[in-house]
Amino acid sequence: MTATSTPRFRRAGAPAGSAAGSADGSAADSAALEARRVTLSYEKSVIFDGLDLRIERGRVTTLVGANGSGKSTVLKAFGRLLTPGAGTVELDGHPVRSLSTREVARRLAILPQKPLTPSATTVRDLVSRGRHPHQSLLRPFTPHDSAVVDAALAATGLRGLEGRDAGSLSGGQLQRAWIALILAQEAPTILLDEPTTFLDLSHQLDVLRLVRRINREHGATVVMVLHDLSLAGRYSDRLVVLGGGRVIADGTPWEVLTPAILREAFDLEALVIPDPSCGSPLVVPVDTEHR
Amino acid sequence: MTATTANQPAPQPGNGPGSRPGPRPRRAEPSRDGHRFFGRQWQGRVVVVTAVCLLLAIAAALFGIVAGSSSLTVPDVVRTLVGGGTRAERLIVLDLRLPRVTAGLLVGAALGLAGALTQTFARNPLATPDIIGVTSGASLGAVSAIVLAGGGYSVAAGLLSLGLPLVATLGALVTAAAVYGLSWRGGVDSYRLILIGIGATATLTGITSYLIAKAQITDAAAAAQWLVGSLSGISWASVWPVLIVLVVVTPIALLQSTNLEVSQLGDDVSTGLGVALQRHRLIVILCAVLLTAAAVSASGPIEFVAFVAPQIARRVARSGRPPLLASALVGAIIVVGGDALARGVLPGEIPVGIITAVVGAPYLIRLLTRRNTKESTL
Repeated sequence: MTATSTPRFRRAGAPAGSAAGSADGSAADSAALEARRVTLSYEKSVIFDGLDLRIERGRVTTLVGANGSGKSTVLKAFGRLLTPGAGTVELDGHPVRSLSTREVARRLAILPQKPLTPSATTVRDLVSRGRHPHQSLLRPFTPHDSAVVDAALAATGLRGLEGRDAGSLSGGQLQRAWIALILAQEAPTILLDEPTTFLDLSHQLDVLRLVRRINREHGATVVMVLHDLSLAGRYSDRLVVLGGGRVIADGTPWEVLTPAILREAFDLEALVIPDPSCGSPLVVPVDTEHR
Repeated sequence: MTATTANQPAPQPGNGPGSRPGPRPRRAEPSRDGHRFFGRQWQGRVVVVTAVCLLLAIAAALFGIVAGSSSLTVPDVVRTLVGGGTRAERLIVLDLRLPRVTAGLLVGAALGLAGALTQTFARNPLATPDIIGVTSGASLGAVSAIVLAGGGYSVAAGLLSLGLPLVATLGALVTAAAVYGLSWRGGVDSYRLILIGIGATATLTGITSYLIAKAQITDAAAAAQWLVGSLSGISWASVWPVLIVLVVVTPIALLQSTNLEVSQLGDDVSTGLGVALQRHRLIVILCAVLLTAAAVSASGPIEFVAFVAPQIARRVARSGRPPLLASALVGAIIVVGGDALARGVLPGEIPVGIITAVVGAPYLIRLLTRRNTKESTL
């Protein structure tokens, strides 16, 4: 962020330290999000029945699992885009349904999988929409809002592109613009649904480094859905493996990314070795056919 | 990240939303859009476009009063409007042309605003009251009032001021609820909304034709003439309902503009940003239905105004969605201008609904063919 403005990310608990070893201490008992006995279903098919899941504050938690395992479903339920059939979702200790949607928007930002890029809208205007939950008839766009938007554009490296039409951006630039919008929302909890899809590897790394930075520098709680297990292991404090309508495994990347769990969750034969570049678990699929 | 863009000079603190940091940082690519002078586009260009449209609407209204078979000059008209003029001039200006032009302005504004609301809400320029069935619903209501109540224009005169708007509103509301309900599937899919709307329009038009075919010849003639969409023979009695609806609905619609803006980003994003979507949708639809019903009750269905006006306003303002006030004003200009053109320039008294249809239909075709090549949100 630039020095001109300090966005008011609410710091709660200690910002997460190193991936595995950060001491929980006082932060451990304050959950940012908690699902209690939640039933989630689309139309008639029930995806989860009685799901319990707790998201600790100030951490990067990544939901992984096979296609159709309900990763996005859980994220939508946390972001009140999907109303549970039974059970409660709590945000900062309040049942989500007891808060107005605007109040939720000040505490939690969610980037869904396929946002619509509006036509004839500059990058700056797009990012400015992130201020919507803080505005009202009596409180229109202020210099503070403008400063927060500047900071969000700077954090995502978009200052030079702010006057461009959002429709003319490349995939990586556009994804950064959406993340800038989420940053401008200044919510202490951020949910990202597959933020790296359709990006090449270097842009995937850009996005995940940015997410890590947001978490470290502002103490933001991040919950995201990722497909790439090695990248998930590298940039997350905690992984939650979903499958078969339940939580298969939940823990640090090294606890979760084991051949046995990968076999159960993904039907995948894989070796897990330390990543030579940073020591996080690297998932190497075993190809039985070409041996 | 692109390293070149990361180290821009920091902005000066305290910049308002409209102002820009002093010297612009050097741009990596030349700016593609030509409206850099205004800060946030809707605060600048849209305001200017709206003001220009207001002036044009006033000019069109003056032209509308001057144009016609009896020759009047602008000074005559102005003199009469402020209280002078001969008796004949007063009759022509105050009792004949003024209600007609006022009705044109109000009907056009109501249609333009209704079109802007539905197009923005459905994120599709085809989703206008004419196409999604609301207009046909109002028309069916009005025609059944004309035909079933019996009597031609003379009897319908009392009906025109009170009963007809109510039945038309009822028809529009029922149609909107049915089309919306049928196209709802956990959200509004604009294509389903439009396709079901086209089906509803066909059905309702069929029933309307049946009513006319079964009606007394005088009623049938009155209904058929009314269905073309015309401002001729309009009196102050039909002006008031439109005025009241516009005065009530416009502020409500304007209060929804930030929500409309945010909802262009998709249902999930707008919920995430704190828009109470269900309530927002209900308000927007009700506003559009009331405006359409009021306009249709006064003048009959004037085709394509709700469709064309918002798109013209959007293109001139170069904004991502149709600006509400400018769309209303463009609608007013089209209806009043078209009516004046029909009376003053073209031979014979052509109803304004025919003029707007002749102009609007090619525009619809152009938009449809263009959308095949380039997909966009609006």
